[in-house]
Amino acid sequence: MTKSEVLEKVQGIIRDHFDDESLDITPETVAADVDDWDSLEHINLITRMEKEFSIRFTMKEAAGFKNVGDMIDTILRKL
Amino acid sequence: MLGLLEYPLNGEAILAKKRALKKQLLAQEGLVEKKIAILSGSTIGEFKNILEIFLLYRGIKPVFFEGQYGMFFEDAVFSEELRAFAPDIVYFHTSNKNINAFPEPGFSDEEREALLQSEYSRFEKAWQSLSCVIIQNNFEALDYRLMGNMDSIHKNGRNRFIARLNALFGEYQEKHEGFYINDINYLAASFGLDKWHDRTAWYLYKYLCTLPAIPHICDSLSKIIKAIYGKNKKSMAIDLDNTLWGGVIGDDGVSGIALGKESPQGMVYADLQDYIKTLGQMGISLNICSKNEEAAALSGFTHPSSILKKEDFILIKANWEPKSENIASIAKELNIGLDSVVFFDDNPAERQIVRGFIPEVEAPELTEAEDFLRILDRKGYFETIRLMKDDLIRNETYRGNIKRQAQQAAFTDYGEYLRSLAMRCRIEDFGGGNIARVTQLINKTNQFNFTTWRLSEAEVLDLAEDPNRISFSAALEDRFGDNGIVGILSAEIMEDTADISLFLMSCRVFKRDLENVMLQELILRLREKGVKKLIGRYIPTAKNVIIKDFYPKFGFETTEEEGRYVLDIAGYEAKNYAMEIIRK
Repeated sequence: MTKSEVLEKVQGIIRDHFDDESLDITPETVAADVDDWDSLEHINLITRMEKEFSIRFTMKEAAGFKNVGDMIDTILRKL
Repeated sequence: MLGLLEYPLNGEAILAKKRALKKQLLAQEGLVEKKIAILSGSTIGEFKNILEIFLLYRGIKPVFFEGQYGMFFEDAVFSEELRAFAPDIVYFHTSNKNINAFPEPGFSDEEREALLQSEYSRFEKAWQSLSCVIIQNNFEALDYRLMGNMDSIHKNGRNRFIARLNALFGEYQEKHEGFYINDINYLAASFGLDKWHDRTAWYLYKYLCTLPAIPHICDSLSKIIKAIYGKNKKSMAIDLDNTLWGGVIGDDGVSGIALGKESPQGMVYADLQDYIKTLGQMGISLNICSKNEEAAALSGFTHPSSILKKEDFILIKANWEPKSENIASIAKELNIGLDSVVFFDDNPAERQIVRGFIPEVEAPELTEAEDFLRILDRKGYFETIRLMKDDLIRNETYRGNIKRQAQQAAFTDYGEYLRSLAMRCRIEDFGGGNIARVTQLINKTNQFNFTTWRLSEAEVLDLAEDPNRISFSAALEDRFGDNGIVGILSAEIMEDTADISLFLMSCRVFKRDLENVMLQELILRLREKGVKKLIGRYIPTAKNVIIKDFYPKFGFETTEEEGRYVLDIAGYEAKNYAMEIIRK
């Protein structure tokens, strides 16, 4: 998968998760940019990413994402 | 999409679709509101959202109180906010993460027992500080075994310690009404301990388990709660061919059906029969609903390996009528709602037809015979929260009713029939031995129930002790058997007026004059106390229309307020009913 393919899939997951097809997700997107993306939903999203990409984040990785780009880079490393 | 909330649960999918699920479920009508406090041993977070979905699915609209993180003990014992919230149910969201200390490997007996008591007594003190219904998680096994295979056996093994704490929780439940255990120990094992214990979820977010296990805990909780509020199923309508045995009895004959230990397929059906027979022993009424000649159908139970016998069934509908009609007549003859019936049939076409004509009936999807037992088990239709004498004898009552119907047919005069039953009614004030059954009946009776006032056991005890009240239960016995406690009445006296706040009766004893006997008992007692007026109310629900006109027919006057009736006690003339009354 290329970076843009991962981004597209991540965007799809986030849109589905928040039930909002209008969300535009970029590598610079942070939780505060999306309504309802609080710490509780953050945990859910990380668990969903693991499931959808069939990967496991380490505890350090899961705790350290600064933005969507960060998460995409980590996913890419694990694919 | 609501199928997501049924066995086999897909935790990830439920978490992903929670918003859409909630939206769809909130659109239902007839939801019952309940106040539920969740006290925290670890993060509540998603538990609350998912529990809400499962409760909505089971017809209950929760209003939540969320305890402070990790403060289950402090909240239970000290919280003013919790008391002001006045919960119907307090749920202790705890787990093995809340065990403060485990025995050290070299602990003496005294040291270990002292530790066990101190870990346990913290919980007991929290429970005893509350007067509402309590649901308590037990402890799940750890994801490690310090002593390997010895860990569950050695006195100082950690997993052994957990098992002993669970046993203490169980002993408390045996002695306390309104206290229920949510068995996460079993849930974790069934889910898989290694998957359940997710150390990232614990260290980062303080979730007691991995996120996809959350729906499993909430499903289990919601089954306990729906059972508390009388939403269990009561009855099964069961197909025969390829459902209770392998093959078609009409074609294969008794010797040709697969049943018993001789073949893999036969074992499947033997285990299923054992499961279903035991449900019957627990008070679930078992009925046959089969497209067959009756003689052929019943011959199956003469098979030497048949665990189920003809006598295990209350009603046998083996004929060529549509199954939807047979099920409707089973519900009618047992006098239970269609929504209390589970239709168990391997044939998808039959299930489809039944769902189409009587959608209230549950008809679980059955695919392969080897999975039938687990499907029936995990659906939680008959979630047992308490097994009482009245549950164990229920089928006797149903059987008695069938005999009574036969007896009734022999009489042209209904009064004469009632006299022939030689009925005895035992009237007993609330208290002592009847509280558990009274509470159960208050919370599960829907049809003959004037106010549908649901009460916890503690509240029933309050009524029992209220000096300005007359509160009694009525048990009914006749020549065909003892029904146990089937009626409840409670009235509050304010000076010269009494108000019936609770009046209900089990559907198993309709049309036996018991309701009249109970009301007359109340009126005569009130007259002795000098009370002049009696107020009765009818609060309509979807299910109690059958008693809409009861009060005016009994002799009450209507008032300006709809559903409010009044009776002049002095002018009441006592009647003779064909029933001997025994007051305890």
